[in-house]
Amino acid sequence: MDKLINQFEFGLFFWQVLIFVGLIFLLKKFAWKPILDAVNTREQGIKDALLSAENARKEMENLQADNQRILNEARAERDAMLKEAREMREKMIADSKIEAQAQGQKMIEQAKAAIENEKNAAMAELKSQVSTLSLSIAEKLLKEELSNKESQTKLVEKMLGDVKLN
Amino acid sequence: MVISNKPLRFILAALVACLPLMGFSNSEKDAPHVQTEASHESASEGHHAEPTDVKSKIKAFIGHHVLDSHDFTLFQDDETGKHYGFPLPVILWDNGLHIFSSSKFHHGHQAAESNGNYYVINHHDGKIYRTETAEGKIIENEKTGHPDNVRPIDFSITKTVLSIMVAALLMFWLFTSLAKSYAKNGGIASGVGRFFEPLVVFIRDEVAIPNIGEKHYKRYMSYLLTIFFFVLFLNIFGLTPLGINATGNFTVTFSLAILTFLITNLSANKNYWGHIFWMPGVPKPMRIILAPIELLGVFIKPFSLMIRLYANIFAGHIVLMSIIGLMFIFKSWIGSTLSFGLSFVLSILEILVAFLQAYIFTMLSALYFGSAVEEHHHEEGHH
Repeated sequence: MDKLINQFEFGLFFWQVLIFVGLIFLLKKFAWKPILDAVNTREQGIKDALLSAENARKEMENLQADNQRILNEARAERDAMLKEAREMREKMIADSKIEAQAQGQKMIEQAKAAIENEKNAAMAELKSQVSTLSLSIAEKLLKEELSNKESQTKLVEKMLGDVKLN
Repeated sequence: MVISNKPLRFILAALVACLPLMGFSNSEKDAPHVQTEASHESASEGHHAEPTDVKSKIKAFIGHHVLDSHDFTLFQDDETGKHYGFPLPVILWDNGLHIFSSSKFHHGHQAAESNGNYYVINHHDGKIYRTETAEGKIIENEKTGHPDNVRPIDFSITKTVLSIMVAALLMFWLFTSLAKSYAKNGGIASGVGRFFEPLVVFIRDEVAIPNIGEKHYKRYMSYLLTIFFFVLFLNIFGLTPLGINATGNFTVTFSLAILTFLITNLSANKNYWGHIFWMPGVPKPMRIILAPIELLGVFIKPFSLMIRLYANIFAGHIVLMSIIGLMFIFKSWIGSTLSFGLSFVLSILEILVAFLQAYIFTMLSALYFGSAVEEHHHEEGHH
């Protein structure tokens, strides 16, 4: 320790402190400040560039997502339209079927009614015809039967017999 | 079997194991020399005698290397006594300013005359003392072992001051050119700054921000960056063959540590002093016991900074130079080659130490600054 203290040299201490402190201030002004500023600016620039690249990437992703969404929407719309059209067609077909059926039914019923009318008319016609015909036949037969006496009695007897039987 | 697998390592290990044997044999040979040398020196009554045998020469060389010196000697020729290097200005304050070149001392062989005063360099500590006459000698006190001569205040540009100046100029030039290269090169460093920019960013991201915190670190960045590169450059200078030993100099590390001490305590907030004098969260009697301990810690922290850097670099220089010196002591192809290899490996280790010590000094300074400006948030994490 004594040896150490002996080694202490005031002149050297003076020069060392003077030069060193001067060096600190000179370097601070002319070197450290510009160097650290430059390094900081560069680092900030790198950081900013990375950030903006990241933002651009995100924006791109958003854009792509938007595109996908629009595409999906269009597709859905197309599908909906197709479906609607299909439904409409089916509805139309069904509607027309029902209408045709109703029309047909109506026509059949009309036809049936007409046929009934015709039949009734024909039946009335037939009845009158038949009655006229049978009257004339009966007239002719009676005329023939009642032309002789024997046959007249026979007939009356027969009729009486029938009545008895009944 | 293990040995046969690693023959090279075994041979190396065996050679290293034999080293002390060779060393002993040499020292035995040298022992009488040393004794005669010692007796000769004592006979000459304090007069500094040049050591003559290799061992003492190396010892003296290392002893001089780790101290500051008033001239810059790269190497010297013992045969002719010629020194290769250059003198440095000597600036003394001794009832008036004395400025002269250190070449006047003739490498410590003569007293230098300036304005009627005579000065000599003491060989033991390399410091300048005043003597009465041109033939005056340094008289050492019997009790303390220190010279009784008057010491003028020495503001000389010594080897250490020169290396500090060179390091400061180099740093200034390097980092201003790095700062300028950003503007020229569109925000990207160019040239040699490309190597230093990651270190700057490292100090900011790994040393300043984690230790001081995002909020306050900017205030200390200039100091931390300057001290890191200053210590690093001087450590690296110390590994060059120029023989500089600035960060292994007690005064230099003392001045660096005292700056950290001053900055820590002058920028400290209420919370910091509260932790020292009235530690929160412990019983009252404990607070009274803790206060002097904590107060002592305030001084021990920068003291440890100072000693750590000084001792690491100082010891590194001593060990490295001793092992280099072994080459000249062995003077055999095996021993010298081995110590060459060893000194090579140690030099690489010293480069690591140079970076490590600069980092540790900066890191601990940042840690102390961080504790000085720490916000009041110990409720959740402190205990």
